[in-house]
Amino acid sequence: MTETVLEIDGVSKSFGDNKANDAISMTLARGEIVALLGENGAGKTTLMSILFGHYMPDEGCIRFSGADLPPGRPRAAIHAGIGMVHQHFSLAPNLTVLENVMTGTEKLWSLRSEAGRARAKLKALAERFGLAVDPDARLGDLSVGEQQRVEILKALYNDARILILDEPTAVLTNLEAETLFGTLKEMARQGLSLIFISHKLDEVMAAADRVVVLRGGKVVAERRAAETSKAELAELMVGHRVARPIREAHERGEPVLEAAAVSVRIDGVDRLKEVSFRLHAGEILGIIGVSGNGQAALASLLSGTLARSSGDILLYGEAIGNLSVADTVASGIGRIPEDRTREGAIGEMAVWENAVLERIDEPRFSRRGLVDRAAAIAFAETIVRDFDVRGGGARTRTRLLSGGNMQKLILGRNLAERPRILIAAQPARGLDEGAVAAVHARILEARKAGTAVLLISEDLDEVIGLADRIQAIVGGRLSPPVSADEVDARALGLMMAGAWKKEAA
Amino acid sequence: MSIVLDIIASAGLWAAVLRIATPLIFGTLGALLCERAGVLNLGIEGIMTFGAMAGWLAVYHGADLWTGLLVAALAGGVFGLLHAALTVTLGLSQHVSGLGVTLFASSFSYYLFRLIVPLSGSPPTIEPFAPVTVPGLADLPFVGPILSAQTPPTYLALLLALLLAYVVFRTPLGLAIRMTGENPHAAEAQGVNPMAVRYGAVIVGSALMAVGGAFLTLSAFNSFFPTMVQGRGWICIALVVFASWRPGRALFGALLFAFFDAFQLRLQTAVDGVPYQVFLMTPYILSIVALCVMARRARVPQALMQPYRRGER
Amino acid sequence: MRFERREHRPLALIILTPPLAIAAALVLSGLLIATAGAPVMEAYWRILVGAFGSRLSATETLTRATPLMLTGLAAAVAFRARVWNIGGEGQFYLGAIATAAVGSQLLAGAPGYLSIPLLLLSGAVAGMILLIMPLWLRLRFSVDEVVTSLLLNFVAVLVVSMLIDGPLKDPLAFGWPQSQSVADAAMLPKLVARSRLHWGFAIALVLAFVVHFVQSRTVFGLKSRAAGLSPEGAVFAGVPLARTLFLVACLSGGLAGLAGAVEVLGVKGYVTTDLSPGFGYSGIVVAMLAGLHPLGVVLAALFTATMFVGADGMSRALKIPTYIADVTVALSLITMLVAVFFAQYRIRR
Repeated sequence: MTETVLEIDGVSKSFGDNKANDAISMTLARGEIVALLGENGAGKTTLMSILFGHYMPDEGCIRFSGADLPPGRPRAAIHAGIGMVHQHFSLAPNLTVLENVMTGTEKLWSLRSEAGRARAKLKALAERFGLAVDPDARLGDLSVGEQQRVEILKALYNDARILILDEPTAVLTNLEAETLFGTLKEMARQGLSLIFISHKLDEVMAAADRVVVLRGGKVVAERRAAETSKAELAELMVGHRVARPIREAHERGEPVLEAAAVSVRIDGVDRLKEVSFRLHAGEILGIIGVSGNGQAALASLLSGTLARSSGDILLYGEAIGNLSVADTVASGIGRIPEDRTREGAIGEMAVWENAVLERIDEPRFSRRGLVDRAAAIAFAETIVRDFDVRGGGARTRTRLLSGGNMQKLILGRNLAERPRILIAAQPARGLDEGAVAAVHARILEARKAGTAVLLISEDLDEVIGLADRIQAIVGGRLSPPVSADEVDARALGLMMAGAWKKEAA
Repeated sequence: MSIVLDIIASAGLWAAVLRIATPLIFGTLGALLCERAGVLNLGIEGIMTFGAMAGWLAVYHGADLWTGLLVAALAGGVFGLLHAALTVTLGLSQHVSGLGVTLFASSFSYYLFRLIVPLSGSPPTIEPFAPVTVPGLADLPFVGPILSAQTPPTYLALLLALLLAYVVFRTPLGLAIRMTGENPHAAEAQGVNPMAVRYGAVIVGSALMAVGGAFLTLSAFNSFFPTMVQGRGWICIALVVFASWRPGRALFGALLFAFFDAFQLRLQTAVDGVPYQVFLMTPYILSIVALCVMARRARVPQALMQPYRRGER
Repeated sequence: MRFERREHRPLALIILTPPLAIAAALVLSGLLIATAGAPVMEAYWRILVGAFGSRLSATETLTRATPLMLTGLAAAVAFRARVWNIGGEGQFYLGAIATAAVGSQLLAGAPGYLSIPLLLLSGAVAGMILLIMPLWLRLRFSVDEVVTSLLLNFVAVLVVSMLIDGPLKDPLAFGWPQSQSVADAAMLPKLVARSRLHWGFAIALVLAFVVHFVQSRTVFGLKSRAAGLSPEGAVFAGVPLARTLFLVACLSGGLAGLAGAVEVLGVKGYVTTDLSPGFGYSGIVVAMLAGLHPLGVVLAALFTATMFVGADGMSRALKIPTYIADVTVALSLITMLVAVFFAQYRIRR
C-alpha cells in the first residue's frame, strides 16, 4: 500500500433540505488517479468545492498527509498543494499564457517581474509533463484543449501535489481528451495524485486507477478500474430507477417538425452537426445528454433565436427557412427556454407583461399600437389560476415569484394557447419536487391533447419518466432514436457516453 | 500645398504639438490606468477641470508650481476615491457615476474659484512654468528649438508614458491590474484583491487626469476660467480606445491628435473662406472616427464596466 | 460587509428615495455654504423666495423648467431602454438652430398656426438626426454611444456657432454672433401676460403625460422597456432590438431637439451659443432624480429650475456664487444614485 496523501472522512453538506453530500469518505494515494463518477446532481461538485475550501462542510473533515486541512479556506488548500482545474476556466483571454500563470505568484510591489525565470520554470513543467504550450501566446488564440493545459500548468506552477479536475473532457474533442489522459497518467507516474470528476464511462475506464461512484450524495460503490466494466458502472451510477409511470397508451400522430442534417456554426465553431430528428404529434421526444453538448443551440434554433447554417427544417411537412420568433409563436410552437431568468421572463416586469410580451402584436392584446391591458391582465389571471402560479397575481413583479412559480407562468403562457409543438429545454431544472411534479403533469397532459413535445433535459429520471422516444446529444450530434420502453438506464448511460458513434463509425 | 509644407516644416508647429499633447497625455494615461483595472472613468472631464482650478488656486495663494501640481493630483485622487466608492464598492453604473463625478467636480471647481476669486474685469493670473533648456538637446538642429520651448510638465508627461508602460507590462503590479480588468474572479483566485486594485487604479488614474488639467492653468495658460477643459477629457476617453489600452500608443495617439490640432490652428490663419469652426470641429470628429476604426479591432479589457462582487459570477 | 438585494421594496421607500436624496444633497451643499461663511437656512430661504416669491419669479422658474422637462424626458426615455444618450446638449442646440433656420428663411411669412407646428417639428427632427448617428455607430461598430454622443455635443455647438456667424447671422446684431429671428407670428404665445412664461411649458407638461402614456400603455412602450431591462429576454420574446432602439433614439433625440425649438420660439426668437446653460446635461440629472419616470421628470425639473432661478437672488444677497445651484444639482445626482442603491440593497455583515 502506497502512502495516502488525502483522506476525506465522513463529509456531509446540506443546502436547505437537500443533502448534497451524505457522510462521504474516500482516500487518495500518492501517484493514483481516482475518478469520481456520478450523474448531474450526485454531489460531485459539492464535494470538490468542500475539498478546495469554497464551502464549509457541515460534518466531517479532510486530512492532507495526515494533518487536518482547515475547512472553508481556499488559500490553505492552495498552500497545502491542492490545485483545482474548473470546468469553466478562470483565465484572461487577452493576456499571454505566461501572464495568466504568473498572476499573483510574485510580490506585488517588486520593481520587476521575473518573467525570464518564470518562463523557464513554465517551460520545464510543460516539458516534464508533456503539456506543450507557447508561454507567449495570447490565451484567447489557443484552442480549448490548450487553455485547459494552461489551467493545469497554473496549478503545477503553484507546486500542486494533488490536482482536482472538474469534468475535464466536457469541453474537449476526443483527440484532445486522449492527449489529456496521457498527460494525467504521466503526472501520476511522477508522483502526483489526481481526482477527476466525470460522468463519462469511457474515460473513467480509460484513465482511472480507481472509481468512486456517487449517487444521491452518497458513495454507493468503489471499484478498481481493472476489476469492473462499463456496464457495471453505468448501472451503479444510474441506480435502480423507479418504475416508469404507467401512461395511457397513445397513438402518435403525423410528424409535425423534422430536422434533416441541420448544422449550426457560430463564430467558426460547430454547435450542431448534421442533426436529424422527426417529432410526431402526441409524442414526447426526449433529448438526453451531458451539459454543454449542444442542447442550448438546439433549443435556440427551434425557438427562433438562432439561424441554421445548413440542412432543412420541415414544419408540418413543409420546408421552411429560418424560423423567427414571430413565426414560431404564430405557427403554434410553444417555447420553454433553458434559462428562465435570463430569457424566459424579465424579472423587473409584471407577471402580465411577461405573459403577453411574445404575443403582444396579436389583435386580442393590442389595437393600433395600444396595449389592451384588461385583456392582457385577464389572460395572465387565467394562467395564474389554471396553472396554479402562487406568490403573486397578474400585477406582481415577476422577480418576486419563486423559480417554480415563474416556470409555471412560462409553461402556462405556452400551454394556454394549446400549441401544436412544445420545445421544452430543461423545464424542471432547479425546481423543488412539488413544482417538478406539476411541470411534468402539464407536459404529459399536453401530449395527451396531441401536442408534439421536444424535451431537452440533462435529468435522466425526467426523460425516462416522460419520453416516448429518446435521442442522445453528444458533441453537437444526435444519436438515432430509441424507444423509451425498450431501453434501460444502462443503455441510456452508454448513449450519453456516445457509444452509438463508434457503432456508426 | 506649399502652405501645408510650410506649416509642417515650422518648428513652431512641433513645439505646439508637444504643448497641446501634454494634458491629453496625462488624461489619457489616467483614463487608461482606470480602464486597465476595469473601471471606465467618465469623471475625467470634471476631474481635469478641478485639477486646473485647484492647481492654479494653490499657486495663486503662494505655493510654488510643483506644489500646485501636487495639490491638483491630491484633489484628483479624492474624486477618484468618490468614483471608486460608487462603482467598486456599490457597483453602480460606471457611466452614470462618472457623469455625476464630472458634473459635481466641474461645478464645484467653478463654485470654489468664484468664491475665492470674485468676478472682476481682468482675471487674475499667475506666473506659469517657464520653458526649460536641457543642455545638449537645445543645440540640436530643428529639434532643439522645439524642445527648448517646452515646460517641465511636458517632459514629465513623456516620462510618465514610458513609466506607465513599464509598470503595466513589466511589473507584478501591472499584471495584477491587467488581470483585474480582464477577469477579476481569476485575479481573486490567484491571490490578488480586485477591489483594492480597482480602488488604487482609479485613485491614481484620477490624480493623473487632474495633473493634466493643472497643466492648462500652470503652463499652457496662466489663469483659470470655466469650461476651459473644452471636452479634452472626452477626447482622452476616445484616445484610450484608439491606443488599444497601451500606454505607448496612448502617447503616440495624443501626439498625433495634437498634431492635427496644431495643424488646423495654423491652417485656420493660412486659409481663407473656410469658417474657423470647421477646423475646431476636427478634434471631436477625429475622435469619433478613431473610435469607429478601433472599437472592433481593439482588445477591450474584458471586465471593463462590470462591477465585481465576491462570489458572484 | 456585503450587500444583499431586498426582496420587497416597500412603496414608501420608493416614493421617499428622491426627496431623501435631495435632502442629502441640500445638507452637503449647506456645508459648502456654511464654509463660505453664510447662514445656511437663510440661503435656502432666499433661494425659495427667489424662485417663487413673486409672480415674476414664479413664472421665471416655470419658464426655466420648460426646457429641463423636455431634456429630462429625452434622457429618461433613452435611459429606460439603456440607450445612453448624453448628447442632449447637442440635440438641444441643433433643434434650436434648425428652428431658427427654418423659421427665418423658409417660413418667415407663414401664419402662426402653420409655422409653429412645423418649426417644432423641424427642431425635433434635427435632434433625432443627431442621436441616430451614435446609435447607428453602436449597432454597426459597437462604439459606446456615451462617448460619441458627448463628443457630438461639441460638434453641434460649433455647427451652431458657424451658422450664426455665417449664413444665418443677424446683420442687425451689432456684430454679435446671433442668428436671425423667427417671425413674430411663429413665436409661442405667452401663457401668463407680462411674463416670459410661454405655451412651451404647457407643451412640455402635456408631453410628460404623453410619454407616460406611451411608456405604460403602448406596445412600443412595453417593447422598449423590455429591450432595456433584458436584451436577451426581449429577443426571446421576439422584440426586434435594433428597430426598437432606433425608435427610442428618435423619441429621445426628438424631445431634446424640441427643447431647443421651444426655447427659441418661447423665449428668445433667435439662437446664440449661450442659449443653453447646460440644459442637456441638467436633463440627465433631472431624469435620474425622477427615477426615469416621465411624471417624476416634471417635479425634478421644477426642483432643478428652482435651484437655478433662486440661486441668482441668493447669490446677490449673500455673496455666494450662483454655481452653488450647479453643485447642488450635481450632488443630488450622486446622492440619488446612492439612495436608489440602498433602496434596492441592504447591508449584511
